[in-house]
Amino acid sequence: MKIDLTDTTSSKINSGLIEARRSIGAGAVGMVLTLVIVTDEGSAYDALKAAGEASREHPSRILAVISRPGRSPRARAEARLDAEIRVGSDAGTGETVLLRLHGELASQAQSVVLPLLLPDAPVVVWWPENAPENPSRDPLGALAQRRITDAVTAESPVEQLSTRALTYSPGDTHLAWTRITPWRSMLAAALDQRHAKVESAVVEGESYNPSAELLALWLASRLNVKVERVVSDGPGLTGVRLRTAGGDVTLDRNDGLLAKLSMPEQPDRMVALKRRDTAELIAEELRRLDPDDIYAASVRYGVEKLQRVGRSGGEVVEAQDGAESAQLPPAHPVASPTRTKATPRAAAPKPEPASESRAAEPKAAKAGERKQSGS
Amino acid sequence: MSDDNSTVLEDDPGEPLSWLNPLRDPADRRLPRIAGPSGLVIFGVTGDLSRKKLMPAVYDLANRGLLPPGFSLIGFARRDWEDEDFAQVVHDSVKEHARTPFREEVWAQLAKGMRFVQGEFVDNDAFEKLRETIEELDKEQGTGGNFAFYLSVPPKFFPQVVQQLKAHGLADPPKGSWRRAVIEKPFGHDLASAKELNTVVHSVFPRDEVFRIDHYLGKETVQNILALRFANSMFEPIWNRSYVDHVQITMAEDIGIGGRAGYYDGIGSARDVIQNHLLQLMALTAIEEPASFHPKALVAEKLKVLSAVKIPRDLGRHTVRGQYTHGWQGGEEVPGYLEEEGIDPDSTTDTYAAVKLEINNRRWAGVPFYLRTGKRLGRRVTEIAVVFQRAPYLPFDSSATEELGQNALVIRVQPDEGVTMRFGSKVPGTSMEVRDVSMDFAYGESFTESSPEAYERLILDVLLGDANLFPRHQEVEESWKILDPIEAYWNKHGKPAPYESGTWGPAEADEMLARDGRSWRRP
Repeated sequence: MKIDLTDTTSSKINSGLIEARRSIGAGAVGMVLTLVIVTDEGSAYDALKAAGEASREHPSRILAVISRPGRSPRARAEARLDAEIRVGSDAGTGETVLLRLHGELASQAQSVVLPLLLPDAPVVVWWPENAPENPSRDPLGALAQRRITDAVTAESPVEQLSTRALTYSPGDTHLAWTRITPWRSMLAAALDQRHAKVESAVVEGESYNPSAELLALWLASRLNVKVERVVSDGPGLTGVRLRTAGGDVTLDRNDGLLAKLSMPEQPDRMVALKRRDTAELIAEELRRLDPDDIYAASVRYGVEKLQRVGRSGGEVVEAQDGAESAQLPPAHPVASPTRTKATPRAAAPKPEPASESRAAEPKAAKAGERKQSGS
Repeated sequence: MSDDNSTVLEDDPGEPLSWLNPLRDPADRRLPRIAGPSGLVIFGVTGDLSRKKLMPAVYDLANRGLLPPGFSLIGFARRDWEDEDFAQVVHDSVKEHARTPFREEVWAQLAKGMRFVQGEFVDNDAFEKLRETIEELDKEQGTGGNFAFYLSVPPKFFPQVVQQLKAHGLADPPKGSWRRAVIEKPFGHDLASAKELNTVVHSVFPRDEVFRIDHYLGKETVQNILALRFANSMFEPIWNRSYVDHVQITMAEDIGIGGRAGYYDGIGSARDVIQNHLLQLMALTAIEEPASFHPKALVAEKLKVLSAVKIPRDLGRHTVRGQYTHGWQGGEEVPGYLEEEGIDPDSTTDTYAAVKLEINNRRWAGVPFYLRTGKRLGRRVTEIAVVFQRAPYLPFDSSATEELGQNALVIRVQPDEGVTMRFGSKVPGTSMEVRDVSMDFAYGESFTESSPEAYERLILDVLLGDANLFPRHQEVEESWKILDPIEAYWNKHGKPAPYESGTWGPAEADEMLARDGRSWRRP
C-alpha cells in the first residue's frame, strides 16, 4: 500500500507508517535495521529495487533521501518535504519511505531522517553514488553504524579509493570491496591447499574497476609482496596470479561467470565466480555491521605506499605500474620482465580520465621534482 | 616433475609444521568457510533422501561458493547408469528441489566431477572400480584423496558396505588426507544393536571420522537454542525448576508412513523420532552451559543430561503409544495404519508415542519433560514449549484473570521457524481483564540467508571435519538406555491406542497429562 504526503513533516510520516501497517493488518514485524539511501531521482529506482530485494534477507525500514535543491533561486528559497510511504508487497519485507527534500531542506536531511529511525536498531547509510568526501563526518553518515560507498560510480574510481583511505573511520565500507569477496575466498582456499610462500602477485582487470585495485591492495597487505596491477578488457576482474617457488597459482575469469583455478601439480579446475548484482552485495554488506578491519588495512595500505614511493623518490616508471605498485623495490629478478611487459598495457588507457595510473602520477611527478631539486 | 618437488621440499627445512595461510585472518569474517579439496561418495544414490535432500544440498553449497574447486560427487547404486545418466538425474533433482536458483555455470563446475559406479554391495569388482574412480578423480579433479562416504542405505547393509570399504583399502586415507563415514538414522533399534553397529563402523573408521546425521541438529533454529540460552541474560535466570513448570517437546507429522512400510513396521515412532530427534532437542533445552563450543565440551554436557534422565516408575500411567486409524486429515480421506499397504493387520507398531521424563539434577529435579511424536496428526510442526509456573499471587479479581494461562516460551523449530512468547496482557476497555497474548520473533524474517537447509550445513561440516552438530556414539547409546525399558514395557503390556487421523493423538495421551494436572498445548 502507498501513501503520498505532500509538504509534510517527520512526525506525520511516522503516523502514516503506523496507519499503513495497521491497515494491512501487520504488526511491527521484526525489522532489524534502518537503511538510509542517499540518492537522486535518477538512481533512486535501481537503488530501491536492490534494497528491496536485500530486505528479504534483512527486513528493514528503507529511507530513500532524494535531494531536490531546485534550479532557480525561487525554488531554492522554498523548503518542503514530500514523502511517499510504501508498506506491504510494495516494499519488500519491510517499509519504505521516499523522502523528497526540496530547497534549503536538502542540506538538512538529518533533521528529517533522525525521527524516522527504528528504535535501537542499527542504522546503515548507503550512497549509491556521489558519496561525501568524508562519510563519517557527513550529517547523515554520523547517524549510522555503517556507511556504504561505491567508487565504481565515481568519475575517477582510484582517486576516490585514496580519499576513502584518508577519511576511513570504523564502519566505513565499500561495495568495490564487497564485490571481491568470492575472489578473496577462492584465493584463500587455494592457499589452504598450497602451502607455499607467495613471492609476488599480479591482478588483472578493467581499467576503471576499483575492485581490481582493492584486491591488489589486499594481497599486498596480507602477503607483503609486490603486486602488479595489469589492465585488461574485462569484464570486471579477469585474473589473479600468485607466484610461488614451485609455480604459479592462477585464477582466470574471462567471461565474468566461470573461472579456472590452476595450481602447480594439480589439474585445472573450474569455479563458478559470477559477478553479483547490487542486491546480493547489499545483502552481504548488511550481514555484519561491525567495523571491517581487513578492508581498513587494505584500503589504507595503498595510501601509505603511494606516499612512501613519493618520499623515497621512486622513479616515475615505478609508479606507472599502477597506483599500488611495490612498496619494496623489486628485488626479485623474475618480476622485471613481467613488469616491462605489463607496463605498456597499463600505460595504454592512460589518456582515459578514469585510468588508475592517474592517481599515482601527480604524486610520482612531484616526487621526481623533489628528488631533482634535492640533488 | 614430482621428483623436482620432493627435492624442493627436502631442501626447505623452513616449511612450518602448521601452515598459516597469510590470506586468512579471524577478523576477516566475510570469507566463508570453504571445505578443502574433497569428494563425496553416496551409497544408495537412487534413493529418495539422496534425490530430494543430498543432491540439492550439494548444489546449493556450490552455488553459495562453499564447495572447494574440483569437488567431486560419486554415486554408487545398483542401477545400470553411465556417468551422463547420473548427471542427468542429479540435474533434474537439483532443478526440482534446490533452494537457490539454478545457474548453468555452477552446474558446469559440479558436473565435471560427477561419476557413477554401478554395483551391488557384495560386488568386489564394483568396489575396485570405485577405488579406481577415486584415484582418477584425485588426478583429474585434485580431490587430494579426501573422501566422505555417505551411507544412504538401510542399516542392515552398513556392515557389508564398511567391510567392503575396508577390504578395498578405501577406508585408509593416503598420507595427509582423510576418509570419513556418514551414517543416517536409525542407529540401531536398541542398545545392543546400536553398540554392535558402532563396533562395526568403528572397526573400519576411527571414532572421530564417523559422522551421524541427525538433520534436526543442522537446523538454524536448533542451533539458535544455544544462542538463545547462553547469549542472553534474560532467559537463563528463569531456566530452572524454580520458574519452569514443565516442558513439552512435540514433533508432529501430518503424513502417514507413505512408502516406508518396510522400514517403519516394527520400528515405530518412538524409535524413529524420540530416540534421536526429541532426546537431542531435550538435551539442548536442558544442558548446562558448555565450557566452549568445542565438540568435546558440548558432548560432555549433553551426556551429563542424558545420563541424568529418569524414566517414570509407572510406565503404564506416564507413557502412551497410539496408532492412527482411518479418518480425514486436512480435507483428505486417509487410510488407517493397519490398512496401509504392506502393513500386517495385527501390527502393534506405534505411530504415536508420548513419554514423560524427568532429569535428576539440581536445575531440573521435579520438572517433567513431556515428549510426543506422531504421524497423521493435525499439522506438521516441531516445537519446544517451556511452560512457566503461574504467578504466586495475582492482585486482581478472580474474574479478571480467568482467561490467563501459564506464561510460555515456545521455540518453533519448523515450519515457520522462530520464537513465541506467551504472556498476559490487559484487554483494552474500561474493566480490568487479563488475557494471553503472543509475541513473535520470526526467524525467517531476520538475519537468514533465506535459512540454509539442514543438510547443506551438515554436509559442509562433514567436509570440514567439524563434528559439533553430530551426535556421538555415546549419546546414541545413552538415548537407547532411556528408550529400551519403555519399549520393553510396551512389548509386554497392551496395544497401541487408536486415534483418528487428523487429530492430536489418542485420548489416553490427554489423560496422561490430566493426571499431572496439565494439558497439551495445541501446537
